[in-house]
Amino acid sequence: MINSFPKLLSATLITLKLLSASLFFGLFIGLLFAILRMNKNPIINKFAYGYSYVFRGTPLLVQIFIIYFGLGQIEYLRSTMLWVILKEPYWCAIIAFALNTGAYTSEILRSAFQTIKPGFIEAGKSLGISNKIIFYKIQIPIAIRQSLPAYGNEIILMLKGTSLASTVTLMDLTGVAKYIISTTFKPIEVFIVAGSIYLFMTFLVHSTIKYLERKFSY
Amino acid sequence: MNIFKKTIFSVLASLLIIFSVNANDKIRIGTEGAYPPWNSKDASGKLIGFEVELAWALCRYMEKQCVIVEQDWDGMIPALVMRKFDAIMAGMSITDERKKTITFSQGYADEVASLAVMKGSSLEGLDTPEGINLSLGGSDVTKALKTLTGALAGKTVCVQTATIHQNFLDSGDVGKVDVRTYKTQDEVNLDLASGRCDAALAAAVAFTDYAEKSGKPVVLTGPTFSGGAFGNGVGVGLRQAGDDAIGKRDAELLKAFNKAINEARKNGDISRIATKWFGFDASM
Repeated sequence: MINSFPKLLSATLITLKLLSASLFFGLFIGLLFAILRMNKNPIINKFAYGYSYVFRGTPLLVQIFIIYFGLGQIEYLRSTMLWVILKEPYWCAIIAFALNTGAYTSEILRSAFQTIKPGFIEAGKSLGISNKIIFYKIQIPIAIRQSLPAYGNEIILMLKGTSLASTVTLMDLTGVAKYIISTTFKPIEVFIVAGSIYLFMTFLVHSTIKYLERKFSY
Repeated sequence: MNIFKKTIFSVLASLLIIFSVNANDKIRIGTEGAYPPWNSKDASGKLIGFEVELAWALCRYMEKQCVIVEQDWDGMIPALVMRKFDAIMAGMSITDERKKTITFSQGYADEVASLAVMKGSSLEGLDTPEGINLSLGGSDVTKALKTLTGALAGKTVCVQTATIHQNFLDSGDVGKVDVRTYKTQDEVNLDLASGRCDAALAAAVAFTDYAEKSGKPVVLTGPTFSGGAFGNGVGVGLRQAGDDAIGKRDAELLKAFNKAINEARKNGDISRIATKWFGFDASM
């Protein structure tokens, strides 16, 4: 049991790498699509809505399988430059995770933008501040503060979602836990240790978000 | 005792009887249902394959009722130990590693492992003997392993998780290989065909079956492997016997399976079923 702990800890690093990369790309995707959702052009608007609808409406496992096993079956794709990225399970997982968390993030940010009191924007306009500056200096900071609790939840969900990386051959925390079980046949003990590591990471995310919420409260 | 208490008591008692009868009567056999031609499912989801048919035959010899239960491969041994079923028939090779946790009946079939690559791969046509037995050793085996070590250096080799094939690659007998593990053999086959794997290692019949059914140019390469990490044939996996009543029943089950396998072999049933599913006689 104790021998397996270092193995699980080094696998935790892969889990954290997957999580941070997915959140990094996901945040950009989320912000982009939140802005597109608020666009007045119905085509752009519907496109952004469609993206979020599809990725929130299907299981993450299905998405990762389609991207990893599904795209791998298309012979044409294998002859393009894209295959360099899609060949690697690591990138397939990050693409699936980022697109998934991006959809949720776009919804979180959209609702945060919409709850900004019109008074804040009007106050800026009355001072003669340009729309661009209002967006960057007033809307975005308020939206980030508003969305912190919901986004913290999303980080925790994504952290647990990364366990699906083990289904596409990545040796993340869950993958290594399963591997250890396959040689020791002790599922309960190993899964309790792996679960505790996930719990501890959740605790860290939770406290960080709480700290930020207090710091940015107004 | 009032009526209410009596009712509760009788319901509990009858439940107890139902469950104990259930546990006594039927032998529950676990299989994966995803390792053709050993065991798999047809289009309607019914379990089929060599081991499914053999299981029914063995049950007839034991004169017992059987239920065949589906279980994912990576949870097969834990599920047996936790009594979700009483026996494993899932192309599971008899190895010393597994014997630490469970016990096996005598072997009923020989699993021959082999590497597979896509046609045109640089790994095709390796200069090795047709088959090597790792238990026997000798200069032939050492030379073949050396050839494989050179050929596989830096290559990605795909296997199903928790198999003898993974154990072999992890053992370091063929040097440092980038081993990728999959939940099922189907997924190994998909990624071999897509080019993510340079080679794959599994039962030779698993590849020939896939090549035949999918039409993909999958070919076997290198020697066939047996002995050592590859174990000594495929047997029925059973719980290790204990001293309590249930433990004794496990011991009896082992005897019953061994006897049934003897009879099935003598009557030619194992050969017949093996030839039907593998195309050759893999019985032992």
